[in-house]
Amino acid sequence: MIQKPDPTQETLVLNMGPQHPSTHGVLRVVLHCDGEYVLDAEPVIGYGHRMHELIGEVRDHRGFYANVGRMDYGGALSFGHGHILAVERMLPDLEVPERAEYLRVITTELNRVASHLLWFGAFLLDLGAFTPILYSFDDREAILDLLEHVTGARLTFSYMRVGGVCADVDKDWCDGVLAFVKRMRDRIPMYHKLVSGNIIFRKRVEDVGLITRDMALKYGCTGPVIRGSGIPYDVRRSEPYSIYPELDFDIPTSERCDCMGRYDVRWAEIEQSLRIIEQAIAKLPEGPVMAEKVPKVIKAKGEVYQAVEAARGSLGYYIACDGSTSPYRMKIRVPSYSNLSILKELTRGILLSDLVAVMGSFDLVIPEIDR
Amino acid sequence: MQIESPNILLIVVAAVVMVLYVFTNSAVLVWVERKVSAHIQRRPGPFEVGPFGLLQTAIDGLKLMAKQLIIPGKADKRLFMLAPVLSFVPPIAALLTVPFGKVVQVQNLDIGILFILSLAALNVLAILIAGWASANKYSLFGAVRSVAQNIAYEIPLLLSLLTAVLWMGTLNLGELVDAQGGFWFVFTPFGFVAFLIYFVTGMAETNRAPFDLPEAESELTAGFHTEYSGMGFGLFFLGEYTNMILVSAIATSLFLGGYNLPFVTLNGEGVLWELIRVLIFLAKAYFLIFVMIWMRWTFPRVRFDQLLNLCWKVLIPFSLVNLAAAAIWIKAVGG
Amino acid sequence: MLNYFKEIFVGIKSLLIGMKVTAFYGTKRTITAHYPFEKIPVTLNFRGHIDLVVTKKGYHKCITCGMCERACPSGCITLDSVKPEGAKKKKLTGYTLDFTKCSLCGNCVETCPTNAIKYSNDYYLVGTSRHDFHFDLLDRAMKAAEEMGIEWTEPVEKPKEPKEPQAEGGESPSPAGA
Ligand code: SF4
Ligand code: SF4
Repeated sequence: MIQKPDPTQETLVLNMGPQHPSTHGVLRVVLHCDGEYVLDAEPVIGYGHRMHELIGEVRDHRGFYANVGRMDYGGALSFGHGHILAVERMLPDLEVPERAEYLRVITTELNRVASHLLWFGAFLLDLGAFTPILYSFDDREAILDLLEHVTGARLTFSYMRVGGVCADVDKDWCDGVLAFVKRMRDRIPMYHKLVSGNIIFRKRVEDVGLITRDMALKYGCTGPVIRGSGIPYDVRRSEPYSIYPELDFDIPTSERCDCMGRYDVRWAEIEQSLRIIEQAIAKLPEGPVMAEKVPKVIKAKGEVYQAVEAARGSLGYYIACDGSTSPYRMKIRVPSYSNLSILKELTRGILLSDLVAVMGSFDLVIPEIDR
Repeated sequence: MQIESPNILLIVVAAVVMVLYVFTNSAVLVWVERKVSAHIQRRPGPFEVGPFGLLQTAIDGLKLMAKQLIIPGKADKRLFMLAPVLSFVPPIAALLTVPFGKVVQVQNLDIGILFILSLAALNVLAILIAGWASANKYSLFGAVRSVAQNIAYEIPLLLSLLTAVLWMGTLNLGELVDAQGGFWFVFTPFGFVAFLIYFVTGMAETNRAPFDLPEAESELTAGFHTEYSGMGFGLFFLGEYTNMILVSAIATSLFLGGYNLPFVTLNGEGVLWELIRVLIFLAKAYFLIFVMIWMRWTFPRVRFDQLLNLCWKVLIPFSLVNLAAAAIWIKAVGG
Repeated sequence: MLNYFKEIFVGIKSLLIGMKVTAFYGTKRTITAHYPFEKIPVTLNFRGHIDLVVTKKGYHKCITCGMCERACPSGCITLDSVKPEGAKKKKLTGYTLDFTKCSLCGNCVETCPTNAIKYSNDYYLVGTSRHDFHFDLLDRAMKAAEEMGIEWTEPVEKPKEPKEPQAEGGESPSPAGA
């Protein structure tokens, strides 16, 4: 727990947050500083606790659709995807149409790109550059427009349904997505010119926040954080789900282990996501988007753990059902939580400015941690 | 060179005019900054109040004045109130010696550049006082950073100015401008290097991104002025913009030939000529300010130890070598 | 030593490249919409709050089965209905949506057996109190009909003898079906 400051040590206790520009929400970090050096950083979470897991236990399965998006506003679709995959696994009779699976993957990958763009902007904002976020929002808006056309919402999409998805797409939309893929590919060099090569930026992120392989494994980091440490762990490949086995994409990693590594990995992931989207659109089969025989009242039974790769890492839903309409127990394993837990060890003895850079490179979404 | 006795009345009138100029200048600069940053970020910026939103900053100023001045309970009240004034007045006083034109210069001091530098150094004191008096940890961090930063940039700043002074052989700003004539100092290799170094350190002097370490809102919320509200904050703001114009004015007079066009010396007499000269001077100064704004909205913030690194490992060696080279050149070739 | 100069050179170059990018975009057209005067068209599929569908005949399609009320995870929907003496069907007298609680999940629309509700395209909602978001959908439907130029006409029901056996079956599908 938070230790009392020792006056003989001449350290300063600094409360960073819960309201602070670079804690991205209501995260509080208690810092023990010696000058600008952080001796100890203790994250204090729970300011945004909204009992999503408990809500999941009192509502029926359909009633939880809207909650998943509220946990991670950046990548709401992968949260929905994990949830319905978990529920569907408990309903063995249910046959989800191919087209629905493809749509799930296309929208999730679009959402992943949007999430990474949001992270990019926020990360640069943490480092003191104001302009990149507006450029990345320009592209993100294009994605949100596309997603709005199909899901009807711009942020908290409740698109996934047990048995399929709630809306179909048409040819125009697919063309729009392909046009976006092209546009994004054209824009990526601009981002690299503006930011990736910038000497000030490189100095700020290179060799800052080194997470060794062991450390990443020990703390259960996932997503770009572990891949930035050179471990090619991606749920889409290690525990394949949905149609990912049929698609051809790489798991980008970086051996740098620092903030720059995580930065590189995310940009490479955007490119891979664009590849996935292109392939999925090309392969998109015809057919219905909703299974025919979806029970009106879902009475699942059994116990599942379903992991999916969210934008921030491995996201797991553990749902235990006793045959009644709502789950008996729901536990959600969110990536940011484990990624944040490494902060204490990682930031011992670094500068306050680096702490901000390190936290930015984790891409934390606090509502997801607090749930 | 004879010693003129300062004309008190003239100085008072000029000071009032200068204060008015500083106010309008800041209002316009804030507007320019918002417009430039907006267009860089592909937004229109302010355009609701007045034509092209020109009155936006005036309204914002009114709003700031109308706001309550909150003094934190644990703050050192006197120092807390002193700091904004201290950050605002010295740059204005320094501006009084800047030769905007041949005649439009309130007081031509023989040690003009020295005078300006010593006043500019007060800025760090203002920040230190503000940070200390606020009784806020973030403010304190900002203040400490400011001092560290000051140590880093003052030396190369002085060395680069020294090169110019050595080259022209005077400390008098008016004479510095005249000594360059049409052949600006920046056209010589020594002048060019010194100018670059001066520009970088000058940006640090104004505490603007990428060197806005004492503020660093993503790290220190708002740094040294976290606790300031209303006009207290407004004065810091004014001070920052006045500093900007001061830094660019010095750069203009020492490196960019002041009111002279490249390779053309403007020596005409009369009000019209003087007006042209002032306009040329301001055009150069504002161009530099524009570049500063442009840089601010492009780059991330440096870390303060990196600023020290930059200073000790790059700027100081370069400016020392540059100074020595310039001195040797003057000895060998005869300037 | 060479590295030292190389780093300075590369650094300055990278800064200039960055400035070129911002200069390039600085001269381009702005891309924002000036909100109160300029509105971005809302996509047709946009999911706003729910609304009752107005039929061509100028009535709603709701059969007051209560499925939506039950399906709503947040309990936003309140139905009021009466069964007039001797009538075959229940009659909808009030359909209130508490939009402050709605999470726009879409369960209500999807469970409705007669497709009586749809998403509205209302994006520009503003109110000064939470009561502004307690919508009376029946009222809204009547107004919508008026705007569309359709007269709100209640279908006249042929009076039937009370307690007709098939009337119960046709009334609403059992919510617990399947
Ligand atoms: S959209 Fe969902 S929350 Fe809103 S009224 Fe319908 S069922 Fe209830
Ligand atoms: S589900 Fe449809 S028909 Fe049934 S009460 Fe709701 S709106 Fe009316």
